[in-house]
Amino acid sequence: MQAPSRIPTAPVGAAGSYVARFVPPLLDPEQQTPALVSGPNGKAAVKRFNVYRNNVTVSLIEALAATFPATERITGETFFRAMARFHVRETPPTSPLLFEYGRDFPDFIARYEYGQSMPWLADVARIERAWLDAYHAADRPALTPDALAAVPPNRLGDAVFEAHPATRIVRSDYPAVTIFAVNRASGPVDRIETLAPESALITRPELEVAVRNLTPGADILLVRLLSGVPLATAATEAASQYPSLDLAAVIATALEAGAFSAIHYGG
Amino acid sequence: MSTSTGYGGRFALVSQRLPKHGIVGLAGTSFKHQHLPAILADDAPGGFFEVHAENYMGAGGAPHAALARIREDFPVSLHGVCMSIGGPQPLDQTHLARFKDLIERYEPALVSEHLAWSTHETTFYNDLLPLPYTEATAARVADHIDEVQETIGRRLLLENPSTYVTFRESTMNETAFIRELVRRTGCGLLLDVNNVFVSATNQGYSALDYLGDFPLKHVGEIHLAGHAEQQDDEGELLLIDSHNGPVADAVWKLYELVIARTGPIPTLIEWDSAIPDWPVLKREATAAQRILDRHAQVTSREKFRASA
Repeated sequence: MQAPSRIPTAPVGAAGSYVARFVPPLLDPEQQTPALVSGPNGKAAVKRFNVYRNNVTVSLIEALAATFPATERITGETFFRAMARFHVRETPPTSPLLFEYGRDFPDFIARYEYGQSMPWLADVARIERAWLDAYHAADRPALTPDALAAVPPNRLGDAVFEAHPATRIVRSDYPAVTIFAVNRASGPVDRIETLAPESALITRPELEVAVRNLTPGADILLVRLLSGVPLATAATEAASQYPSLDLAAVIATALEAGAFSAIHYGG
Repeated sequence: MSTSTGYGGRFALVSQRLPKHGIVGLAGTSFKHQHLPAILADDAPGGFFEVHAENYMGAGGAPHAALARIREDFPVSLHGVCMSIGGPQPLDQTHLARFKDLIERYEPALVSEHLAWSTHETTFYNDLLPLPYTEATAARVADHIDEVQETIGRRLLLENPSTYVTFRESTMNETAFIRELVRRTGCGLLLDVNNVFVSATNQGYSALDYLGDFPLKHVGEIHLAGHAEQQDDEGELLLIDSHNGPVADAVWKLYELVIARTGPIPTLIEWDSAIPDWPVLKREATAAQRILDRHAQVTSREKFRASA
């Protein structure tokens, strides 16, 4: 078995060099049609090769549009496709699973020159990326709200929650959850009045992905709990920044959302 | 020249977990999740459903729930799109393992992949890209098919591509190349009749000649799909394998000629973009089923006469 060629300009005739000579123009419009292909009977192959260029670029733009529909709705289709085309050319996928593509897209949006007037846009895209991760996450029963009642009160502080495979939190300095929600829904988008930072709790206890807007401070508590910190420690940290935080209400919300899959206590 | 008996004999599929649904003589369609309620509510939804393997390579969630539901009531065909069998580099072992896992999980009636490549080094191009037809590429592709068949423990159906260009370095035509792959690996074939029509138009050869030279006895599945029309640099017709509309009349005619010669072969209507409502897709499958049924009767009548 021959190792894959690592040199883009492999010598002509080397087994497998057709691939190395075929790919450079696929994502680079400056490069010419490779000389190794033609139409039948020596006909030109410019438009013929462009079918492949078009298939590659357009299908990847469409993959991003499918993953980031709210982002596209906010920017409009023309803006989104131009932005996505830059990203596709700069960072094409490295996995044949297209639902894994677009992990770098939110960071790209954050530094995209023409997107600077929409500083919340990258966070909306982060929520959409997390939504798709939750959609494909492993199936596991979620911890039910009554599970907490089974913990002896004197062991509650030691309780460690196990994150459900679908659970994600996205924190934003902008009202990204509200913007996400109105742009993923089919109805009209009214003017958004809030300016407050928001954090999204994304869960999928069964088949439907749910996105909740967390109260300020709840994100701190849940991020710590989801990383395996015992309840008492996480609560102390959150309460030190948000003294009025209703800890019981946050836990109840997270349980109701199906954010956890198990609870451990007593070492 | 020796002929392989294929993988059906060498690897017995051991399954008893999921219901067995026969696929012989049936027409089916691509499975789209938005059709699931309509399919389940349909009194006579018909034959079988085909899915792209990669769409079910996530860990869990709605895709698996939908496919598991369909698999209860129908035969399923698993169609791989991204194995990059036609490329020079070694197969992606992670991807191959995922493919094997899916086959074990869903016990599909048919398993297929493409004569094409889509990955170079670590970049995935998300298209079915073409390869030159030479002794060297035949040897490499045959090794890849062997590796897939050994891993999954069953016969793979290899699909003929739609092509838009030809390679100057090719030394054999596509049918000779495909016959060579069958001879070396014992793989089966997925004959995409629309691809034959698209490639023949684009490459300036006769679709009938192509089919006459195609090893039809190894075909385990047929694909039918719609195509779009563009123009090449000389302003001549260039067909695009777009899967976004009904099957063209010319493709139906070629299909009927094939079935008249082979007898019924499981036949799939592919429709992957601008997806219509379920009744429209089902109507295409019903048209294919009518042709299959017509030739099933003819075939059995001829057999009866021959044995009388």
